[in-house]
Order: sequence, then C-alpha cells, then structure tokens
Amino acid sequence: AENEPSWETPCTKLLVYVSTPGCDGFPSLDSNESYKLSVSKGSMLLSAETIWGALRGLETFSQLVGRDENGTYYINETEIVDFPRFPHRGLLLDTSRHYLPLKAILETLDVMAYNKFNVFHWHIVDDPSFPYESSTFPELSKQGAFNAMTHVYTASDVRSVIEYARLRGIRVIAEFDTPGHTLSWGPGAPGLLTPCYRGKAPSGVYGPINPIVNSTYQFVTRLFQEVSTVFPDFFLHLGGDEVDFTCWKSNPEIRAFMVEMGLGQDYKKLESFYIQRLLDIVSSLGKGYIVWQEVFDNDVKLRPDTIIHVWKENNLQYLNEMANVTRSGYRALLSAPWYLNRISYGQDWIEAYKVEPLMFEGVPEQKALVIGGEACMWGEYVDVTNLTPRLW
Amino acid sequence: SCPTMGRTMGLAGLLLGLVVVPAVLVSTSLRHGVPRNEAEPEPSGWELAAGAVPEDSLWPLPQWVRTYPRQLQLAPSRFQLVHGAGSSAGPSCGLLQDAFRRYYEYIFGHSWRRTWGRRPLAARAEPELFQLQVVIEAGDPGCDRHPQLASSEAYHLTVTEPVAILKAPEVWGALRGLETFSQLVHEDDYGSVLVNESEINDFPRFAHRGVLLDTSRHYLPLKSILTNLDAMAFNKFNVLHWHIVDDQSFPYQSIYFPELSDKGAYSSNLIYTPTDVRLVIEYARLRGIRVIPEFDTPGHTQSWGKGQKDLLTPCYNGGQPTGSFGPVNPVWNTTYNFMTKFFKEISSVFPDEFIHLGGDEVDFSCWKSNPEVKEFMKKQGFGIDYAKLESYYVQNILDIVSSYNKGQMVWQEVFDHKAQLKPDTVVQVWMANNYARELSRVTGAGFTAVLSAPWYLDYISYGQDWKKYYSVEPLNFPGSEEQKKLLIGGEACLWGEFVDATNLTPRLWPRASAVGERLWSSSNVTNLQDAYKRLTNHRCRML
Repeated sequence: AENEPSWETPCTKLLVYVSTPGCDGFPSLDSNESYKLSVSKGSMLLSAETIWGALRGLETFSQLVGRDENGTYYINETEIVDFPRFPHRGLLLDTSRHYLPLKAILETLDVMAYNKFNVFHWHIVDDPSFPYESSTFPELSKQGAFNAMTHVYTASDVRSVIEYARLRGIRVIAEFDTPGHTLSWGPGAPGLLTPCYRGKAPSGVYGPINPIVNSTYQFVTRLFQEVSTVFPDFFLHLGGDEVDFTCWKSNPEIRAFMVEMGLGQDYKKLESFYIQRLLDIVSSLGKGYIVWQEVFDNDVKLRPDTIIHVWKENNLQYLNEMANVTRSGYRALLSAPWYLNRISYGQDWIEAYKVEPLMFEGVPEQKALVIGGEACMWGEYVDVTNLTPRLW
Repeated sequence: SCPTMGRTMGLAGLLLGLVVVPAVLVSTSLRHGVPRNEAEPEPSGWELAAGAVPEDSLWPLPQWVRTYPRQLQLAPSRFQLVHGAGSSAGPSCGLLQDAFRRYYEYIFGHSWRRTWGRRPLAARAEPELFQLQVVIEAGDPGCDRHPQLASSEAYHLTVTEPVAILKAPEVWGALRGLETFSQLVHEDDYGSVLVNESEINDFPRFAHRGVLLDTSRHYLPLKSILTNLDAMAFNKFNVLHWHIVDDQSFPYQSIYFPELSDKGAYSSNLIYTPTDVRLVIEYARLRGIRVIPEFDTPGHTQSWGKGQKDLLTPCYNGGQPTGSFGPVNPVWNTTYNFMTKFFKEISSVFPDEFIHLGGDEVDFSCWKSNPEVKEFMKKQGFGIDYAKLESYYVQNILDIVSSYNKGQMVWQEVFDHKAQLKPDTVVQVWMANNYARELSRVTGAGFTAVLSAPWYLDYISYGQDWKKYYSVEPLNFPGSEEQKKLLIGGEACLWGEFVDATNLTPRLWPRASAVGERLWSSSNVTNLQDAYKRLTNHRCRML
C-alpha cells in the first residue's frame, strides 16, 4: 500500500496500520480479516486491510509475547502473514434449553476472540423457553420465558451482546427457528401453533406453527420486521429443522388444506409452503438467510444466495450432504462433526481437529461454496455452571 | 432452571417462588442429535407445583419418612438450632456449634436477612417453629473425635410445633439429620420460611460412602477440595479418598522427606503443606467425613523417584541402565527403611484408622529387565511369576502399616495376585469387567470390599448418565448373606487426567449424587422418575 509508514518505530510501540477506513461498521461475511505482522529490532508493525484484520493481528501479537523467569516480557523477531481459510467461523449457543446470563455470553465472546471465531450464532429461543424480549410481542417472553423477570434478554442486553461482539470482530446471527421448535411461542401468541387433535377433539397439546392461517404470516412478518431491525447482520438463521408432522396430520383443518392445495399426503410440501412464504417475507425485509439442511433436503424453493447449514449425522454421511448442497449451487456451513455438546471421555478435541470440511467429491467451484462451519453447544445439559469448561 | 439461588452462592435467595421447569424437555422438542427415546416424559412446570410434596426435595431419600400437610413457619430472627435437654453434647461440642451456624445459614441465607420481619405476629397463618433441639443419646457423643467406619450415622427427626427434635446416638447422625432438616425447609411465594410437620427415621444402608479425588494428575487448590467436601456433606458422603500422589506429581509435603514434593510437585506452589492437610482433615471431620489418604505403591510412583533417589527400580536394556525407572524397587532394604519412616509420618498425620496403599496396575517390564531383581526372583524361588514379587513387596508394606495400628485398603490387584492380606484389609474393586464376580471372590475369601467399578465418574458421556450410576445394585453378585455383609460400601471416583479446578465441580456434581443415594438409601429406592424430581430440586439447592 502506498501510505505504509517507514519502519523506524522502537520496540515500545506496536504500530497498527489499517488501510480501509471505517471503525463504526459491523463485520460481515465478506470482511477482510487478513493482516501482516512484522516484529524486528527497532520496529513492530501490524498492518491490515480492515479493522477486523487488525483485531486478528492483535490477538496473534498477544500470543507471541512471552515472559521469562525474571518476569521480563519479550517477543521474538517475527514475520507473519495471515488470513482465514474460511470466512464463516462460528459458535452456536443455545439460550432456550437453559438460560445463559449475559455475563456468560460476553465471556464466551471473549474466548471466541482468543480463538479467532467471527460468528456468534445465537439460537435464542426454542421449545423449552422464549427469553427474547420482543417489543412487538411482549407476551412472548412474558409467557414463554422460564422466568419473565430474571430469565430474559432485554433489548439492552441484546444491544450489549451485539456491540461487545462487534468490538471483537464477531457477527451476531440470531436464529428464530420455525416452524418446529416453537412450543414456547404458544403461550404468548395464541393461535400461532397448530392445535393437535386426538380423534375429533383437540388434545390440548400443540405442534409446530400453523401454516394454513393468515394470522401466522401476519405474525411472522411483524416479528421478523422487529428482528431484522434489532440484529444488524445481513443474515438471519431461520431454522427449519426437525419438523414433526404428527400434529399437522392430526388436525382436520390442515388435512382439508392439504386436499385443497393438492399436496396429497406429502407434508414436506406443507412445510415447504410455510418456509417459502417465510423466506419471501425475510427477503423482502432485506435480509439474507441461513437454514438447517432439512429445508434443502425437502426441496423447498430457495434463493440462490441461501446458506445451508449441514448438521445431520456425524458418520461422514455429512460429506455427501456437503457435496449435494454445493452441487446444487448453494453455499454450505458445516456443523455435523462439531456438536460439542456430545461429550465423551478423553481428548475428543482430536476428532474435531481432524475434520477436513472439503473432503467430499466435488469440483473446485463447489468446494468454494463451503464458507465455513460452526461448533455447536446445544443447551440440554448446559448452563452457566458448566458452559465454559465444556466448550473450551 | 433453578428458581431460587442455591445455598453456596452466598447471595440471599432471590425469592422468585416459581416453579421449576424441567431442563430436559418434553415430547416433540428434540434437539438435533438427541435420540427421541431420551426425552423425559416430564409434566409441565405447572403440574409439578400442584403435586409437590416435601419429600420431593430430599436427597438421599431417608429410610423412613412421614410428612403431614400442616406447615410451620420459621422466623429468621427467632429460630434457633440448640442442644436439647438430656443431650450428652452441649455448647462445648465445637462440631455441633459449627454445624448449627452452618445449617442456620443454609436455611435462611446470610445474616442480613435476620433483621427483617416487621409483620405483626398475629398476621401469620401458620404456627411457629421456634427451635430444632439436637439430642445426642450416647454417653460419649464423639464431638472431638474423628468419624470411623463403625460410627453411627442414624438419626430420628420429629418436626412438630413448637420445637423440632433431632435425636441421634452420635454427633455424626446429628450432622446427617441437620442436612435432612435443611432439605425439608422451603420458602413459599412470599418468602416465608416453612417446614411441614414430619417424622423421619434414617440411617445409611452402607457405612462406607466415598468420593475419590486425584490431586496428582492435576493439582487441586485447597478451595476446590473444601468446596467438594461441602458438596459431599449435602449428599451424606462420609469418606474422602484422597489419591494424593501418583506418577505425574507429588504434591504432599512430607515432613521427613521434604525432597519428595520439592522435586516431585508440579511446582513449589502446587503443594499441600502440613497446614493444608490438617485443614482438609478438620473441615472434613466437621462434616462427618473421614479422610483416607492413598499413597499408591509400588506402581504409580514416578514422581516419588524425583525426590527419593534409589527408591524406584532402574530399568535396563541390554545389560545397561536406560536412565528410566519403574515401580518401587522391592529388593533393596533401603526401600523398606524408607517406607517404614514414610508411613510412620503418614500414620500420624492422617487420623483415620485406614490408609489406602494402592497396589494397582504394576507394570512388571522394568522389574523383568533389572538384573538384581531377576537375581532376587531366583533366590526367593518366585520363578518368573512377578506377581509373587509384587505380593512380597505389598505384604511387607502391609506389615509396616499394621505395625502403626492402621488398617489398610488396597486396590483389587493386590487380592487378585494372591498377596497375603490382613484379615481386616479392605479391597477396592475397580475393574469394570465382571466386577460382580470379583465382589463374589473377594467377599467369598472373607475380605471386606468397597465398590467403585461402575462409578468411574471421570468417564463422561453425553446425556443423563446419572441414571446409569443410580441403577447399580451393589449387592447384585452371587454370594451368601454373610458375604453380602462384607460389601461395606462404594466410592465414586473422579480421576484427574482431564480434571482440574476449572471443571471439577460441574463434572462431579450432581452425577456423584446418584451414587450418594444408592449408597445411603434403601435398596428399593430405584424409581428413576421420582429420583429425577428430587435430584433436580437437590441440584438447584446445591448451587
């Protein structure tokens, strides 16, 4: 770069040089995280295209500094040229199965930065609880949180997370998983979930979101309008996994709808019907989306820039899915071999480390569609008492 | 989620009065990867509240419990834990005084809450419980002594107005009863501290209920150990099996042999000084917990060789010493001189009647390579059976330790390799393969046994593995009534290869609680649904 300074800076300063201006923006999938680090007698220079690269370089610099037995800090002469292999390097936290206090999330963001993670995938709500305080629909958390006073994320909490993450070059991608995984939405949004039937009468139990009523789409539009404003990242994760069709099948109105729409007995088509409308809504809000692999597997019509999140089977079957997804032209994210909630005895980090995301049959163009992966820490057995030692 | 703050968090409970919603969820919602059949068919939180009974918060479940609907109220400013009339223990019983204060805090939270309560007496609906009186029945209560295998831990608790009575033969039973009483006490939606009228008769099924901690693979700071002792007391565990040294490090600071830790500890600050050790022993004693130290030999002793030259066997290759060392050298007299002096110290530092001598996993290859050892084998007529050499060594150590009037615990190999044990040597069965058969053999030969094989808690796995530990029935082995009596209990082991202060507590608890109930409660307490309910309440309380 033309404006690079001369090298006459002493060992008391680490000079940080960023070529692209702008400190107040948010990191994105396309952000450049490359940096060069040069430590020699008389000068220490960290140069990066963007502030995001500078953050990565600072972390590396801090790792190079050592301390000898006398307590003196030192650093070896070093030359580093660095950039990430994959642009999406994420961590999923699940704050629905167990609420995680703000402090735990922020602490996790710190450790993510130590490890150069750049995406916090916030699986914020699910069946067990709805801790997200919505301004549009306050009843959702009032009725759906484990405790509406103590086990919620206020708007200010969410802002804190987003800013804390930004300062570490970490994107926050929120996941509002539908139409399944929504039991906790029910109490605060009557009429949203499908009433299941036992024979001719409602059983009192509820299933996935009801895809056949207009009110559903009105609700979804308003909720995602809010979510799109609250979360600045271009992408939202829309879920779409593990939709259990039993409840839909039991509901006579839904059965009638299936007949009316000529969907036969294929409930995957009903799921697609819902998802397609959801994707349209979210697109119209100017957001991109990531979905779990079922959405792709069930032949939903997707936009070409959809990102598919591959999570099923940790027996190398996932490589086939990666091949299929990329062959169809979609970008892929890998999580299947990185379900860190599935603990086992011994040094299981080795298995996670040995994974080669691109080890599937495909042409280079396909492989280029793999944008990265995410380590997932599902919360069934995780709360603040054991999150940190289980994750790191 | 836990509705109220647990006892060790140090903050006075936030009175949420909310219902516990089970963490593992219901029917339809399965996260990726959790197989369908793992889902608990749990009632929703709302239903739980409606059907809740006082027993729902007891862990381990006492032998005999009757609770009544009538509730009594406790006033933080007035309620007292006191010595009852006729008790052989009084205010000079430090152990009980300490327990009274500790349990007061568990029940009410910290002192600042004591000054609340301006609501007039008349406004209260429930009658008041003014005191819990503790009556120790035996002539000698045991206040200043250390708990023993034969100590009585039985107690009888009656909770009625105006005072509750806790009777126990010895102070150890009183400690157990205080824990149970504190589990009966609960808060209502308004923050009132209540307890149901009840009567409980309780005693442990097994007398030896232990937790093994390994401070050699990773050093555990004192605080970690003490926190763990607190958790053990919540679960009525009564033995801390302190696997204090091993191959990797020797943190025990010996008075006679300071070089052992000087050279063998990970670093000079990662040691247990005599003061530290005394603190652990006393902290444990005040909770009715015995501390059984394990100095494992002849294997698992690499770290000993750093500070004690010529203790370990030099290994040979092609007639030359390789520079590496194997197990303790069984052929030199200096070994037994050392052990005599060393165990003299251990016998005086650790007051328990038992010392664990290890004896597991001895690798014979180094012995086999050493010419002096081979010579010795010939002279003794052991042939090529190195198990005989191991037994020869172990027998000598057993004699040494016996001479100090200490009983010995050993790992099962010592028995399996046919060493001549003392009649009261306790054999710890740890090998998972066919452990029932091993229990038969050990007890069949007339020795007392302690079971650990199914309870290696360091072997973590995904999901609710507490159920697996809970479902063990220790007496499920072929044997006569007399044999079964020889199984005196068990120990949950948390080996330290992958454990240090950063993950000890969440890894050990509440999984070890499952073992705690199995060893205390009656053999017919096996219902997993009921256990789940009580264990979730217990866990929140422990936090």
